[in-house]
Amino acid sequence: MSQGQSGAEQRLVTPGMAVGPSTGKRAGSGIVAANDTFIATQLGWLRERNSTVSVDPINAAYMPRSGDLVVATVAEVRNNLWFMDINGSFQGLLPMSLAPWKVEFGAARQHMDVGDVVLARVQEVDECHNVVLTMKGVGLRRLNQGAVETLPVQHIDRIRGDNNENLQRLREACDCRIMVGENGRVWIDGSLDGIRWARKAIHALASTGHRTDVNELLTTLENELKGDA
Amino acid sequence: MMGGYGDVQLLRDDGLRLDGRKIDEMRPVSIEAGVLPAADGSAMVTHGLNVAVAAVYGPMEAHPRKIQRQDRAVIDVRYNMAPFSTSDRIRPGFNRRSREISKVTAEALESVVLVERYPRSKIRVEIEILAAEAGTRCVGITAAAVALADAGIPMRDLIVGVASGKVEDTVVLDLDKAEDNYGQADLPVGILPNTGEIAFLQMDGDLSPDEFNLAMEYNFKAAKEIHEIMVDALRRRYEGGEA
Repeated sequence: MSQGQSGAEQRLVTPGMAVGPSTGKRAGSGIVAANDTFIATQLGWLRERNSTVSVDPINAAYMPRSGDLVVATVAEVRNNLWFMDINGSFQGLLPMSLAPWKVEFGAARQHMDVGDVVLARVQEVDECHNVVLTMKGVGLRRLNQGAVETLPVQHIDRIRGDNNENLQRLREACDCRIMVGENGRVWIDGSLDGIRWARKAIHALASTGHRTDVNELLTTLENELKGDA
Repeated sequence: MMGGYGDVQLLRDDGLRLDGRKIDEMRPVSIEAGVLPAADGSAMVTHGLNVAVAAVYGPMEAHPRKIQRQDRAVIDVRYNMAPFSTSDRIRPGFNRRSREISKVTAEALESVVLVERYPRSKIRVEIEILAAEAGTRCVGITAAAVALADAGIPMRDLIVGVASGKVEDTVVLDLDKAEDNYGQADLPVGILPNTGEIAFLQMDGDLSPDEFNLAMEYNFKAAKEIHEIMVDALRRRYEGGEA
């Protein structure tokens, strides 16, 4: 790597920056190959994993992909469908045929109204960014209680950790149900104290998870929780 | 306008310019990224006495729908000079000049932003000139490029706006107000420093081929310098650990 990452050190790259030769490597997200050289196209941290060079963007809009689990909010209701705010550039569409209930034409509002929060999955995204959601599936449902936190989309992986380790620790520490949507929204449900702690921990992880020891950070937060109790 | 004021001396007897710069010397430039918390990306550029703030919003669904492109995003640029940006108050609002600059800036940015990644979308770029001293369109482009990078918009390169011109039959880099008003030519360009491509070029006045080549040489040299300041601004914002 000429100007980008070498070894475990993270380096910031800017659009147009040459980050190294492309021979024997694959271009991941945020990277294009030109004249046997990888060029960064986004501002972010350079990462090389399994011979794939990519950029972890510092800022990014949520781009839905088929199969994504999302925490969505009802933005509009029509006779036979709901328009859902999925925290992206475009609204998602949830037709009544993909809702978990038997919905009569014109009765969509009786099941979900504007402002309701649901756990849904992205069924389909076409090349024009039309997003179709589904609520047919295990665990997909309307979320009637709990709190929703919105985080930068690119920091969601910090909350999860490798193999959901961080997320599992958070769940166990505060005894809350926590669902992390790919769209940067996190749903937390449990006791008020648990939710309060989880919100604090999630924001701490999202903002500092890349430069501090996550284990240490979580241990400190867990000790704080025990101390409060 | 250009070339019509032969009695105005723009170069001193010692070969320097009125503000003491050499003919191939740029005005001081400083850039700060992320100055507006409400925007998705923002930047403030101070170039000599010019001050420009750029804010980027999006990508978002393009409205009205008639401006949507099924295969790419549209870049909606609004360049505006604040009423207090010049010594004579400017009437607020859009005028012919700001429309023209908004259009050429949008076209320059469209050639570097990977617009095909965001079909049917719009990326809004607001450029506000807070203080003006010649070369505001170039300063606006530079500010917009840093703001776009700050917003995480994918781009082929960081475009740099820079200008050269001719005063008293001498090609000079980065015209100031007097040189812009009383000089013989002005050549603002948008340069992609890593690839050496030109995304935007305008010329006001006349330059011979040799003068044009020299002006472009100055522009490319200045673009490299400004590009380093742009990268440094982004590094300062994020390598401190905010991200």
